[in-house]
Amino acid sequence: MAVAAKPLPHAHTHATEGPDHRESLMFDPRPRGLMNAWAMEAMHETSWKFWAVAAFLALIVLVFLVGAWAWMIMEGLGLAGVNRPAFWGVFLVNTVFWIGISHAGTFISAILRVLKVEFRRPFTRAAELMTAFGLIQAGFSILMHMGRVWLSYWLLPYPNQRQLWPNFHSPLTWDFLAITTYLLSSLMYLYLPLIPDLAMARDRSSGWRKRLYRILALGFRGTEEEWEHLRKAMTIFAFAIIPVMFSVHTIVSWDFAMATRPGWSSTIFGPYFVIGALHSGMAAVVVVLFFVRRMKHMTYFVRPEHFDALGKLMLVISMAWAYFFFNDYIVQWYGGDKWTRMLLEYHENGPLGWMWMLMLICNVAVPWLLLWNRRVRRTPWLMAIIGILINVGMWLERYVIVPISLTINRMPFTWRQYVPGIEIPLGIGTLALFILLYMLASRLIPLVPIWEVQEGQMVHSLERVGKTYVPVVKELE
Amino acid sequence: MEKTLTIPEYKADWAEGENGKWGMVIDMDLCTGCQACVAACAMENNISFVGEEDAGYGRTMHWIRIERFWEGTYPEIRMTPYQPILCQQCGHAPCEPVCPVFASVHSQAEQINLQVYNRCVGTRYCANNCPYQVRVFNWRDWPRPAPLENQLNPSVTVRRRGIMEKCTFCIQRIRQAEDVAKSEGREIRDGEVVPACAQACPADAIVFGRLDDPESRVSQLANSPRGKKLLEELGTLPQVTYLLGG
Repeated sequence: MAVAAKPLPHAHTHATEGPDHRESLMFDPRPRGLMNAWAMEAMHETSWKFWAVAAFLALIVLVFLVGAWAWMIMEGLGLAGVNRPAFWGVFLVNTVFWIGISHAGTFISAILRVLKVEFRRPFTRAAELMTAFGLIQAGFSILMHMGRVWLSYWLLPYPNQRQLWPNFHSPLTWDFLAITTYLLSSLMYLYLPLIPDLAMARDRSSGWRKRLYRILALGFRGTEEEWEHLRKAMTIFAFAIIPVMFSVHTIVSWDFAMATRPGWSSTIFGPYFVIGALHSGMAAVVVVLFFVRRMKHMTYFVRPEHFDALGKLMLVISMAWAYFFFNDYIVQWYGGDKWTRMLLEYHENGPLGWMWMLMLICNVAVPWLLLWNRRVRRTPWLMAIIGILINVGMWLERYVIVPISLTINRMPFTWRQYVPGIEIPLGIGTLALFILLYMLASRLIPLVPIWEVQEGQMVHSLERVGKTYVPVVKELE
Repeated sequence: MEKTLTIPEYKADWAEGENGKWGMVIDMDLCTGCQACVAACAMENNISFVGEEDAGYGRTMHWIRIERFWEGTYPEIRMTPYQPILCQQCGHAPCEPVCPVFASVHSQAEQINLQVYNRCVGTRYCANNCPYQVRVFNWRDWPRPAPLENQLNPSVTVRRRGIMEKCTFCIQRIRQAEDVAKSEGREIRDGEVVPACAQACPADAIVFGRLDDPESRVSQLANSPRGKKLLEELGTLPQVTYLLGG
């Protein structure tokens, strides 16, 4: 049963005359069999270079993540750079950073799916994978941060003999529950649109892959009823996951905003963090797409038009981020509280003032100066560089908020600068694991949702209006 | 059938002006900055010796510290009074609600803020939220230089790496005095409980006692017009009063 896309009641004939829309993926259809074969080939054919990189990353994960973490568990957090007053350091920075990265997955795929934005089609999968893989790194980072990680299950509300319960007044407990909810729901949301592609792969593979896909595809055969159920489930999840996503990063921001600290107790941290998460996540999607495009046959699916569309979104989000940053800053500054004023002074002119400056350059100046340009937006490698720069900027933003802000408190006697220690290799380890998971996933599942592209190509058509042809998207449901 | 559940209150929530049970007064005009309280506290409470390197990096474990500041630039400097800082045992403690596992709790019986070492998982949120920065974290298991491993106080838990700790107003001494008083069928007398820091202070700058007894020495001193509370504007209702000037 090699059916993987919903059969439409009537076939479309694409106009051959009129303006050339073939630059757009939706108006450049290829035979389905060919597309499926490409997707399979991209999964199967692996060069030795790929495995060399994967082995190298695995080694980094083994040494920098597993090894260093084990050492730190044995020795204690003294190996890290945390001290008084910076009780939270790069581990928390990385946690917030990875949660931010994971946000774009849902944003791109759920919000764009709900709003029926068509350019989303080829990269929803890559974005959703980012959510899952990013959250895994966030989970690792927060566990590394804990003093007694072997007791982290005490944060779970489970019945126990001692009748102890987690403290639901603590933002950390909210955080723990929110991230768990988000991880589970985003994994399900990743899995649902994967089913038709898994069925497609099942019908085109043999051996262990066939056995694996047969289990994962849940017997999907592509009947009308199955599609209807799948579409309904995806719609429910797409709508339901949007408030979850907003809540998660708002709650992450509450870890800071709820505290009685200068610079942290800000009422705007919720939306500021959400938009910051989207800023870094969107940029990360562009970087991932750049690498997906380098896989075999993928230049067909991922095109300059997609970088173009994402570039516009990045520009808008960068403006929104700047708005929230300014809003947060001006209120704190105008408030004139003695400690807050010292903190802002320290942010800008302290020994790490360059971080604050670089943050503004990467997050605001770079996108604003470059992304208005259509030619820049349509150059994938340039977009990848901008994406990396924005992520550097967003990492620095979290660094400014966590350890740098912690340096200034109301007891000047304890002020002391924070210097990261073992956090650096551990952070590199999480990054390596993130890339490694992507690489392994690219061998197992199509990184481009083939059925979604094919579906899009079916509903798009050029229709003659008067003397010219206009692109038309038909409603599917 | 009606079933009433009494859930003990784990975090302090006092009204302004309300007094707790135990309190301390520190006379900054008497303090000579000799650090005897710091040493006595470390001995009494089995505080780890962190060594030079970690101490220099802001990882000292002292539950009480002497803050010293000066005004002006060298050589025209003027020392300001020494400021011994310890846990203020807030009546409205910011460290309590943020702990995800109830390791930072308010003792119902003694009305002071305590850390449950065995429950702490080391998120360090309490320390971030403490405006007085008096919580200290066990960054490592530091070795105790010989022969100090033989002088551990048996009444106080020895803490391991990965947990938070802080001043307890020498809860072990409070409990001991209470036991003695109970066995003799009387109330605790004023001055019967003396924390290690107060005991060691050669200038008698630290006075400890019951705030709910208006006749006690600490109550009378705490109500003196020279009394000030640290960071009072935050509304944490500290139980430690500093006497200065006047």
